[in-house]
Amino acid sequence: MKEHSQKIVKGVLIGISVIFFVLMLVLPLLEVIYRALKDGLESYQRALTASNTLSALKVTLIATLLAVTVNTIFGLIASWLVTKFDFRGKNVLSTLIDIPFSISPVIAGLAYIMTFGRSGWAKPVIDWINDLLGTDIALVFSVPAVVLATIFVTFPFISREIIPVLYAQGRDEEEAAAMMGASWFTIFCKITFPHIRWGLLYGIILCAARAFGEFGAVYAVSKARGKTFTLPLEIDALYMAGSADSITQAFAVSSLLVGMALIMLILKNIVEYRGKRADR
Amino acid sequence: MKKKSIIPGFGLSMGITIAMLSLIILIPLASVLAYSFRLSWGEFIDLITRPNVVQAFATSIGCALAAAVLNCIFGVILAWVLVRYDFPGKRLMDGMIELPFALPTAVAGITLTKMYSDGGVLGRLLESVGIKAAYSKTGIVIAMIFIGIPFVVRAIQPVLEKLPDTYEEAAAMLGASRFTTFWKVIFPEIRPALLTGFGLALARGIGEYGSVIYISGNSEKNGTQVVSYIIMQKLNSGNVDYEGAAAIALVLLIISFLMLFFINIIQHIASRRTNA
Repeated sequence: MKEHSQKIVKGVLIGISVIFFVLMLVLPLLEVIYRALKDGLESYQRALTASNTLSALKVTLIATLLAVTVNTIFGLIASWLVTKFDFRGKNVLSTLIDIPFSISPVIAGLAYIMTFGRSGWAKPVIDWINDLLGTDIALVFSVPAVVLATIFVTFPFISREIIPVLYAQGRDEEEAAAMMGASWFTIFCKITFPHIRWGLLYGIILCAARAFGEFGAVYAVSKARGKTFTLPLEIDALYMAGSADSITQAFAVSSLLVGMALIMLILKNIVEYRGKRADR
Repeated sequence: MKKKSIIPGFGLSMGITIAMLSLIILIPLASVLAYSFRLSWGEFIDLITRPNVVQAFATSIGCALAAAVLNCIFGVILAWVLVRYDFPGKRLMDGMIELPFALPTAVAGITLTKMYSDGGVLGRLLESVGIKAAYSKTGIVIAMIFIGIPFVVRAIQPVLEKLPDTYEEAAAMLGASRFTTFWKVIFPEIRPALLTGFGLALARGIGEYGSVIYISGNSEKNGTQVVSYIIMQKLNSGNVDYEGAAAIALVLLIISFLMLFFINIIQHIASRRTNA
């Protein structure tokens, strides 16, 4: 009797999960593919090789690469600081690092406009640097602005993955090495790094996935289609154009991002699996 | 105060961390603050109490709350099924839970819109039972469920994995019904993690832009404008209104900080409980 009801509960719960999974996660992927290929392979190819798409792909890759690089450097240093030393205000510092997780990406874009934009207070500083170096750098409505906004929204992604690993590892090994006179660089490379390898890789994957998909923050600081647009912005422009043709093109470009997202998910699962095995 | 750590590199790592944090996060955010302080108190109140702004806050917070609650229900079920049961396709399901994190929000947005509008597969289905999903608050909630579900599942899963099934066996042996066992034995254990997941999903929902703006329809009349949309509208050429954008952003920032604060407190309490 009891066993029978247990089986029913199990069946119902699995049923609910499968329905949710199919409706919310699988169906949208199929929808993208279906709509992308609706007008045939030729128009699909045309959408992917349009000059706006290629330019957007380039900007997306640049922004992702730079965001991952900057945040990896920051994540390594910040997590070393937070886990290996005691100092006052540590909790405040960790909370500040996590800010981008909980604020709207639109605010990130707004913040950069208000700092570096026409009426931003840092505009004279940028102008002064440009005069001095004879350069023409703009930190809003430009590729550097897109890069900065992307770095902002992905800022805590890597430190957050490394910090728990380093906490769990403790400080004994580093302290022993330091006692024997090892430099911080040696300690980091020989002792700390092997522990965080998988965590770091995991963080990089999450960071990259968020970086190439960022929309709100980038949308605020990028206005020139074909120049500073990223793939998500190009999709928005195509979709908003509204004709049946351009919507199909929007989904064609989307399928590219779906492919990238799936690759990231597969990599993430491999890293997770390997990391768990390495722990044992 | 503890004695100084003998591990080298404190000064350097502190300097770099503070410098990068300030340059990339704190100084730009401070500019938003500075910008909104240019307004007088009266102007500020006037800007954030305009009917469309109040309505947008109500829509964002209301829909995010509804989505977060629904995500808690589905999240617990999904996490439970993934941890406790075996069935074909389980690994695939587990691996794909984080798809909403990896899938760009704009792609999710336009796809959900097409699926749930009257020409789409699910839109037609819902239409036949009288529910209008796309271009309504229902649509906003659907999009927020999509982006919020991984937060809840991933928060609960590790806790359930650590929870031995001997707990349930003991409870069952003592004659507790399945419902009582869940409510009195399992639920208290996952509550802190569930609250964390709830908080993260809620925070994400309130500030969400990309996945929501297509399916919402952004109509002031139907009350389907979200706060992020209002801010973005004020940044677009034609009717640039930086003061208004900064004032609304400030309110949104305060809400976010409060939520971050509460999530940290919950995590703090939870870690004290498990370490005790």
